[in-house]
Amino acid sequence: MSVIPNIAGLRRRNGRKRHVAIATLACLVLLGTALTLSIGQSVTTPLAVIASLTGQETGGEAFTIRVLRLPRALVAALAGMCFGMGGVAFQTLLRNPLASPDIIGISAGASTAAVFCIVVLQLSGAAVSVAAVAAGLGVALLIYLLAWKGGAAGARLILVGIGIAAMLQSFTAYLLTQAPSWSLQQALRWMTGSVNGAQLDQALPLAGALLVFGGALFAMGRDLEALRMGEEMAAGLGVRTGLARITVTCAAVGLVATATAATGPVAFVAFLAGPIAARVLRRAGSLLLPAALTGAALVVVADFVGQVVLPARYPVGIVTGVLGAPYLLYLIVRDNRTGTAL
Amino acid sequence: MADVSILPARSGGSRRLVRLGALLGLLVLCVLLSLGFGARLTGWADLRAALTGQVETMGQAAVASRVPRTALAALAGASLGMAGAVMQGLTRNPLADPGILGVNAGAALAVVVGLATFGLDTSGAYVRTAIFGAAVAAAGVYTIASLGAGGATPLKLALGGAALTAALTSLTTAVILPRGDISGLVQSWLVGGVGGATWGRIAPVLPFLGFGAIFSLLSARKLNLLALGDDTAASLGESVWQARILAAAGAVTLCGATTAACGPIGFVGLVVPHLCRLLLGVDYRAILPGSALAGAVLLLLADIAGRLVARPAELDVGIVTAFVGAPVFIWIVRRKRVTAL
Repeated sequence: MSVIPNIAGLRRRNGRKRHVAIATLACLVLLGTALTLSIGQSVTTPLAVIASLTGQETGGEAFTIRVLRLPRALVAALAGMCFGMGGVAFQTLLRNPLASPDIIGISAGASTAAVFCIVVLQLSGAAVSVAAVAAGLGVALLIYLLAWKGGAAGARLILVGIGIAAMLQSFTAYLLTQAPSWSLQQALRWMTGSVNGAQLDQALPLAGALLVFGGALFAMGRDLEALRMGEEMAAGLGVRTGLARITVTCAAVGLVATATAATGPVAFVAFLAGPIAARVLRRAGSLLLPAALTGAALVVVADFVGQVVLPARYPVGIVTGVLGAPYLLYLIVRDNRTGTAL
Repeated sequence: MADVSILPARSGGSRRLVRLGALLGLLVLCVLLSLGFGARLTGWADLRAALTGQVETMGQAAVASRVPRTALAALAGASLGMAGAVMQGLTRNPLADPGILGVNAGAALAVVVGLATFGLDTSGAYVRTAIFGAAVAAAGVYTIASLGAGGATPLKLALGGAALTAALTSLTTAVILPRGDISGLVQSWLVGGVGGATWGRIAPVLPFLGFGAIFSLLSARKLNLLALGDDTAASLGESVWQARILAAAGAVTLCGATTAACGPIGFVGLVVPHLCRLLLGVDYRAILPGSALAGAVLLLLADIAGRLVARPAELDVGIVTAFVGAPVFIWIVRRKRVTAL
C-alpha cells in the first residue's frame, strides 16, 4: 500500500528534475545567443541590443545587430537544434551512441551533394539545400538497402554506413581539388561547418524542418523510447517497429540534412548532443527536446568561442570538432567499460 | 583450417608458388601498361626505346616521365597491401585497414602540423613525422577498441577508427584553414595521389619501406600463431605481446612512409588481403608477399584507370581506390558475421 505513493512521489521528483534540467539548457542557449548579439568585432550594451531588436533606430548598431548578428545567432541555434534532435534519434534507434549521422555517412552524403552543387554546378541558396536533403535521404536509403539481409541489423547498418562515408569523403576531397582557388577557401570553410555570413532567409527552411520533422519525431517519441529497449521488446509492447523505424529515420535524416545544407556539417554536434543531454538528465524520459537544446547550446557557444575568444577567427565546426574529440574518446572508453549504449 | 597454416601441405606449397608467380607476372604487365597509357598513348617501339634510355620522340619522353610515377604507385600499393594484411592478422579483424582505422589520418595530421607550425622542409622529416602520427593513431584506436568486455571487436574497431578519423580530419582542417599559403598544396596531397612523382620524393621513403617490409615479413610466422588465439599462441611458446609489437611496428612504418609520399590512400589494405586469402590460403608467410604483389597491381590499375577515365585530366588514385574498395568493404560486412557485437 505504502509503495504506491512513493512511486508517485519519485515520479514527481523525476519530473521536476527533468524540468529543471531542460530550463537550464534553455537558459544556456539564451545566454549564448545574448553573448553573440552583444559581442563581436565591437561590443554593444544589452540596452542597445534590445533597442535595436525592438526596431528603434540606433544608427550603425542596428545594422550590426539586425543584419550581422541576429541571423547568425538564429541560424546557429536552429541548426544546432536540428543536429541535436536528428542525432539523438539515430543514436536511440540504432542503440549505439557512436551511430550518429556524422559517423555513418548521412552528413557525408549531404555535404558531398552540396559541394558538388557549389563547385561544379555553381549553384547557391535553396537549390543547394534541396540537393543536400535529397542526397542525405538517398544515402540513408542506400545504406539501409545495402545492410538489408532478412532484416537490417543495427551493427551492419553502422558498418555499411562507415564504408559509404569513406567513399563519399574521398569524392568530396576530389571535388575540392577541382575547385578554382578563389572558391577553395570558401568551400573548405563550408565543409567544416560555419555560420559565417548567415542570412535571415536561411533560418526559414531550418524552422520548417524543425516543425515538420521535429513534430514527427515528437509524435513517435513513445515508440522511440520503446525501440531503445530492443526490437523484440518494442514489438512486444505493441509498437509497429517497421513503420516506427522508417518514420524516425526519414525525420532524422530530414533534420540533419537541412541543417547540413544551411551551415555545412558542423562536426560532432549530432554526435555529442544526445550523450551530453543523457548525462544532464540522468535518463529521465525522452531525450528529444533536451538533445535539441544541447545541440543549439553547443553550436551557439562554440561559434561565439570561435569568433571572439580564440586568437584567429575559426568557423564553428573547427571548435566543435576540437572540443568533441576528447569527449568522444572519453565516451568510447567509458561506454566500452560499462557496456552501456547511450 | 588454422592448423594447415602451421604445417602447409607440400602440394599446397607448390600451388601457392605458382600463384605468387602469376601475381608477379600480372605486376610486370601492369607496370608496362602504366608506362604506356596516359594522356598520350605510347606505342610498343617507343616504350622499348625509352626503357633503354632514349628520350628522342615525344612518346619516349612521355614514357620516361611515367617511370617515377609507376615506381611510386607500385611501392605504395605493395606497402599498403602488406600493411593491411599485417593489421588484419594482428587484430584478427577482417575490416582492419589503415584508412578505416584512422592510421592514415593520424599520419596526415602529423605531416600537416609539421608543415604549418614547424616548417618541415626535408622529405626525411616528412616521413619520420608521418610514421610518428601513424603510430600514435594506431596505438590510440587499438587501445580504445580493446578496452572493455569482448576485446577489439570489428564493430568497435571500425567505429573507433571512423570517429578518430573524423576528429583528426577536423583538427587537420583547423590547422590548414588560417594558412591560405599552404591550403591548396595540402588539399591536393590529402586526396592521395601518385601524380607528379619524382625520384627525389621516392628516395627518402625507401629505407623506411624496407624496414617496414622486413619487420612485417619477420612477423608472418607469429601472425599465423596469433590467428589461433592468444592462449594457444602463448601455449605454443610465442610471446604474444612481442609478436604484436613487431607486427605493429612493421605495419605502422609502412603506412606512415606511404602516406608521407602519396597522401592517405584508403581501402588498398582492406581489399588486397581478402583476395590473397581466397587465392593463397591462410598462411601469412604466403599472404604477406602475395598482398604486396597484389597491392602493387591494384594501385597501378587504379592509377591507370584514373588517367584514362578523365583524359586528358586525371583522377587521383585515392578516389579510384575508394570507389573500388568501398563496395568490397560492404561485401565483407554482408558476407561475414562480423557484426556480432
